[in-house]
Amino acid sequence: MEKIFQKLSLGSASLVLIILLGVFFTLFNAAKPSIDKFGTKFLVDARWNKEVAIDGIKSITTQQQTIEEDEITDEDDDIIDEDDEEIIDEDDTDELDMKNTQTVFGGLVPIVGTLLSTFIALIFALPIAMGIAVFLSEIAPKKLAVPVGIAIELLAAIPSIIFGMWGLYYFAPIVADTFGGYQVSLLTAGLVLAVMILPFMAAITRDSMNTTPDVLKESAYALGATKFEVVKDIIFPYSKTGIIGSIILALGRAMGETMAVAFLIGAIYTIPDKITDPTISIPVAMAVNFGEASGLGESSLFYLGLILFVISFGVISFAKFYFLKKAR
Amino acid sequence: MNRLLLNKIVLGLSVVSALIGLGFLAWILLTLFIKGVSSLHFSLFLNDLVNGGLRNLIIGQLELALLASVVGIPLGMAAGIYIQEYGRGKYANFIRDLSDIMMSAPSIVIGAFVYAIAVKPFGGANGYAGVLALSIMMIPIIINTTDNMLALVPKELREAGIALGASKYKVILDIVIKAAKVGIMTGILLSFARIVGETAPLLFTSETSSYFNMNLSEAMPSLTVSIYNLANEPEQSSRDLAWAASFILTVIVLMINLTGRFITRNKK
Repeated sequence: MEKIFQKLSLGSASLVLIILLGVFFTLFNAAKPSIDKFGTKFLVDARWNKEVAIDGIKSITTQQQTIEEDEITDEDDDIIDEDDEEIIDEDDTDELDMKNTQTVFGGLVPIVGTLLSTFIALIFALPIAMGIAVFLSEIAPKKLAVPVGIAIELLAAIPSIIFGMWGLYYFAPIVADTFGGYQVSLLTAGLVLAVMILPFMAAITRDSMNTTPDVLKESAYALGATKFEVVKDIIFPYSKTGIIGSIILALGRAMGETMAVAFLIGAIYTIPDKITDPTISIPVAMAVNFGEASGLGESSLFYLGLILFVISFGVISFAKFYFLKKAR
Repeated sequence: MNRLLLNKIVLGLSVVSALIGLGFLAWILLTLFIKGVSSLHFSLFLNDLVNGGLRNLIIGQLELALLASVVGIPLGMAAGIYIQEYGRGKYANFIRDLSDIMMSAPSIVIGAFVYAIAVKPFGGANGYAGVLALSIMMIPIIINTTDNMLALVPKELREAGIALGASKYKVILDIVIKAAKVGIMTGILLSFARIVGETAPLLFTSETSSYFNMNLSEAMPSLTVSIYNLANEPEQSSRDLAWAASFILTVIVLMINLTGRFITRNKK
């Protein structure tokens, strides 16, 4: 019994490894046709689902090949009626037309959209999250800090689809009135993302600020330092790694956020000229296009998913191992 | 004097940022309340989506989340027990780190993964895939809380159990888990509150349905996925329904979340 229980718990723990490996290899496998076809050029190609002509030389060679094949079949079947032959010829020309164009998928627009919206979210969330963390750990009396802390954490508990609804109907019009441009845009998506990562960032920052020993703070106060100076010169340097870790972790989360951004970014495959233009991000591309995609399109979406998975895995593990190790 | 002024300004800004955070929470909750209550009807709970109600969606969403908990809680707890009680060394730490990373993995990617292994091979959206996706979301959260809560149980309790001659699994199940019960319960409720509001993992796994259905081999009605669909429809009536659904969803999520927090608070 003891052995069984131990084995069961070991098995469940190993499940984590199995799932993560499974996710990686399944995505890779499903993305394989697209990876084979577009390779790393996928990362810098801004065309998505575009019909393009194949390069001149290639199409000529395919024509020649088919003509040769035609001749061979003609020689083989002497008895075929002329009508039939004509029909076959027509089919062949149709095929030629199809072979002259191909559908191209490139991931540049969603990749750029993901990075830009995350970056905007970070710029706006960072100062406010720091302010909240300072307020919760240093300024507010305990009676106030606890309920305010819970309220901020409740903001993190609200489902992302709710942020999307609220953002689209109430927040986006205000942003568009203030900054001009479209209601659905990179800016609105980034701002709503900022609100979403705010509580998360504030909570971890507060926790790492709370690890500063009281002795250090008290010594600084005894020397006549103001509260701001204590925060700036004692607490921030002491909890620096934890804070940077929390910022990167929030970044990793923001990149994978789907539903709220799906409402707000506009879901258009164009590189935005201005910050108020609509564009698309990787999770949104997957959410919006997965339903109708098939073949190479579906494979390309898996390719995007793989890219997102690898980036966010890298970012999160970087934050965990490099910065948050001490906190644990 | 300058220093003191600077201090005042910075502290003032800090208070302002706390107010901004609270302001957004209040704004979202008020919007939901006003829009939700005005479109809320008792008949919504009696009719299915096909008749303009929400009954099937609420039941479907809860069914998916509950079944995902049935799968995810035992697995997550067993894994957490391994990390904290049995595994001493590199492998346990490795799994702990991986589970932390998995907790922040993009939910849409989990959805795509489940689509590839449990939807495509079987020819269409099904409830099993939705349950699988949600339990994958849930496992790392449960591992994290179990791990943290068991770490708080004093070593002496375990030693006392062993000294009485109990085998290790008995000590874990009867003493350690009992001591950490409240904390683990809180973790379970918080993680349930999190997965019950998930949309992205369900989007192309169990999708949604307008009809009443509790059979997992077909597409399952989902509150969150339907909110997404309804909100994007042009008719005002659909949007009103989406607001009512959002209000109900938020009430469910926040109630469970707050319950989880209060049971730990009372214990202290």
